[in-house]
Amino acid sequence: MLGFIVKRMIQSVIVMLTVALIAFALFRYVGDPINNMVGQDTTVEERDELRERLGLNDPFLVQFGRFAWASAKGEFGFSYQHRRPVRDLIAERLPATLELSMVSAVLALAVGIPMGVYTALRRDGFLSRAFMSLSLIGVSLPTFLIGILLILFFGVILRWLPTFGRGDVVDIGWWTTGFLTVSGLKAMIMPSITLALFQMTLIMRLVRAEMLEVLRTDFVKFARARGLPDRSVHFRHALKNTMVPVITITGLQLGSIIAFAIITESVFQWPGMGLMFIQAIGEVDIPIMAAYLVLIALFFVIINLVVDLLYLVVDPRLRVDRATANGQ
Amino acid sequence: MGSSDMADTTISKGFTDRMRRFFDSDIWYSFRRSPVAIVSTGITLVFFLAAAFAPIVAPHNPFDLAAIDIMDSNLPPAWDEFEGDTRFLIGTDDQGRDVLSTIIYGSRISLVVGFASVAFSLVLGVALGLISGYVGGRLDAFIMRVADVQLSFPAILIALLIDGVARSVMPRELHADLAFYVLIFAIGISGWVQYARTVRGSAMVEKSKEYVQAARVIGIRRGTILVRHILPNVTGPVLVIATIHLAIAIITEATLSFLGVGVPPTTPSLGTLIRIGNDFLFSGEWWITIFPGIALVVLVLAVNLMGDWLRDALNPKLR
Repeated sequence: MLGFIVKRMIQSVIVMLTVALIAFALFRYVGDPINNMVGQDTTVEERDELRERLGLNDPFLVQFGRFAWASAKGEFGFSYQHRRPVRDLIAERLPATLELSMVSAVLALAVGIPMGVYTALRRDGFLSRAFMSLSLIGVSLPTFLIGILLILFFGVILRWLPTFGRGDVVDIGWWTTGFLTVSGLKAMIMPSITLALFQMTLIMRLVRAEMLEVLRTDFVKFARARGLPDRSVHFRHALKNTMVPVITITGLQLGSIIAFAIITESVFQWPGMGLMFIQAIGEVDIPIMAAYLVLIALFFVIINLVVDLLYLVVDPRLRVDRATANGQ
Repeated sequence: MGSSDMADTTISKGFTDRMRRFFDSDIWYSFRRSPVAIVSTGITLVFFLAAAFAPIVAPHNPFDLAAIDIMDSNLPPAWDEFEGDTRFLIGTDDQGRDVLSTIIYGSRISLVVGFASVAFSLVLGVALGLISGYVGGRLDAFIMRVADVQLSFPAILIALLIDGVARSVMPRELHADLAFYVLIFAIGISGWVQYARTVRGSAMVEKSKEYVQAARVIGIRRGTILVRHILPNVTGPVLVIATIHLAIAIITEATLSFLGVGVPPTTPSLGTLIRIGNDFLFSGEWWITIFPGIALVVLVLAVNLMGDWLRDALNPKLR
C-alpha cells in the first residue's frame, strides 16, 4: 500500500514538472521577455546587460529550476496587460471561482443523488422516464447554451435575475464573498445552475446504475427476506453501498467543475480565474496563462491524489487487492 | 448507412451478397424495430446532406457580399406580424444575412471539424491501442501511463489549453491560416484515450487466440497481423466510441468557437453563430442566437441517440 502511494506521488510530481516545463517554455520562448519589459529607446548594451542581470543567458536547466522554484512560491511575475503581479490578480479572482464551483458541486449532489435513487427504485414510473429523457437532453446541451437560455428567460424576458457579474461582495480580509448580500446570492443562482446541470445528470445516472446493481445482490435479497422495511433496505443497505463510486466520481468531477467554470464564467462575465484566462489568451498575456496552467494542474493532481487515497480508506477490499498486486 | 449503399446502382455479385447479408443481420433487424434509431439517423442524415449540399440547399449565400443587404439586418422570423419578411424564414442577423442559410453553412463547418477530429483521434487511439496491447512490456506501460494522466483532465480543458497556447505561440498571420488544423489537432488529441484503452483490451485478448498464433507461425509480419487479423475484430466497439465521440467533438468545437478560440470568424461554425448572436440577446433579437442553438442541440442529440442505439445493438449481452 505504501508502494502504491509513493508511486502515485512520483506520478504527480512528474505531471507537475511537465506542466511547469510547458509554462516555462511559453514564458521563455514566446516573444522576447526583454522586449516585453523595456521601451523602444533602450540601447542594445542596456538590453544585454539586463539580459545578463536577469539570468536569461544561464543554461536552460538553471533557468527552469529558478522558474519552478518561483512558481512553487507562487511568484509568476507581472501581467503584461494589467501591469500588476499575477499573484495578486489570482488572489483576487480565486474566491469567485471557488465559491461558484462549491455551490455547483453541492447543488449537483443534493439534486442528483435523490433523483438517481428515485429513478432506480421506480424504474418504469412516469417521472423516472421523464428524468432519464431530460438527462439525455442535458448531456446534449452544451454548458454555454444552458447559460444563454437561462439568461434569455430569467434575465431578459422575466427580468428576475442579474445576468452578469457577482453582485455586491463583502471583503473579509483575504477573501471576498458573495454569500452575505442579497445581490450576491441572486447573482449566484443562474451561473451555479448552469455549471451544476451537467454534473447533476452524470451523478443521477451513476447513482441509478449503481443502485440497480446493488439491489440485485444477495445481501439485499436477504435483507428483504428478513422482513426489513423497504426504507431500511433501500437506504441503509443499498444506498450506502453505492456511495464509494459516487464519492470517487464526485471528487474527480470537482476538477472538471473548476475547468468548466471557464465557460460559465465567460457566459455570465463572472469575475473569476476562468474569465481571466480566456481574456489572457486573447491578449497573449503569457504570465497569466502560465500561472493558470500551473495552478489548474496543481488542483487536478491534488484532487486525484486525495481521491485515490480516499478510495483506499473507504473500500477495504481494494487494500488487499492492491497489496497482492504489488507483491507479485 | 444502408441508404447510401442502396443508391449505388452498380450491382456486382459480391455487392448483392453483402447487401443480403446486411438485411439479414441482427443490426438491421434491431434498427428497423427501434423508432428512436430511425428518427435520429434520419435527422443526422438530413444534417449531413444539408451540410454537404449547402450551396444548393441554402436559400441565400450568406458569404456573398453582393447578395446581402444591410437594409435587411435584424429582421425577425417570417411569422412576426410587423417586420417579418417571407424571404427570410427565421430572420436575419446584424449584417442582414439569412439565419437559416448561416446555420446550414455553419453546420457544414461544425461537421467537418467534428469528423476530422474524430478521424484523428480514432487513427491515433487505435494505432496506439493495438501496439500497446500487442507488443506489451515497457511501451505498453508508458502509453497507458500517459493515457491515465490525460484521462484525469477533462477533454475540453486539454483542447482549450492546446488551442489557446498554439494561438499565442504562433504569429497572428500564420495562425489565421492554420486555425482549422490547430483546432482539429487540439480536439483530436484530447480524445484518443478512449479508443486506445478499448482497442488495447481487445488486442490483448485476440493476441493469444489460435488464429493469431497460426498467423505468426506461418511467418506473417507483425504489422500485417495487427492490421489484417486483429484490427477487424475490434471495429464494433470502436464504431460505438466514434459515434458518441462525434457528438462530443461537435460540442467541444462549438464551445471553443463560442469562447472565441475556435474557427476563424470568416468561416463561422454553429458555435461562432451563437457567440455572435449572444451580443444581441439583450436588445431583443433572440432569433440570431436561439436558432443556431437549437440546430446544435438537435444535431448533437440525434448523434448521441444513434450512438446509444448502436451500443445496445452491438452489445452481445443485451441480445
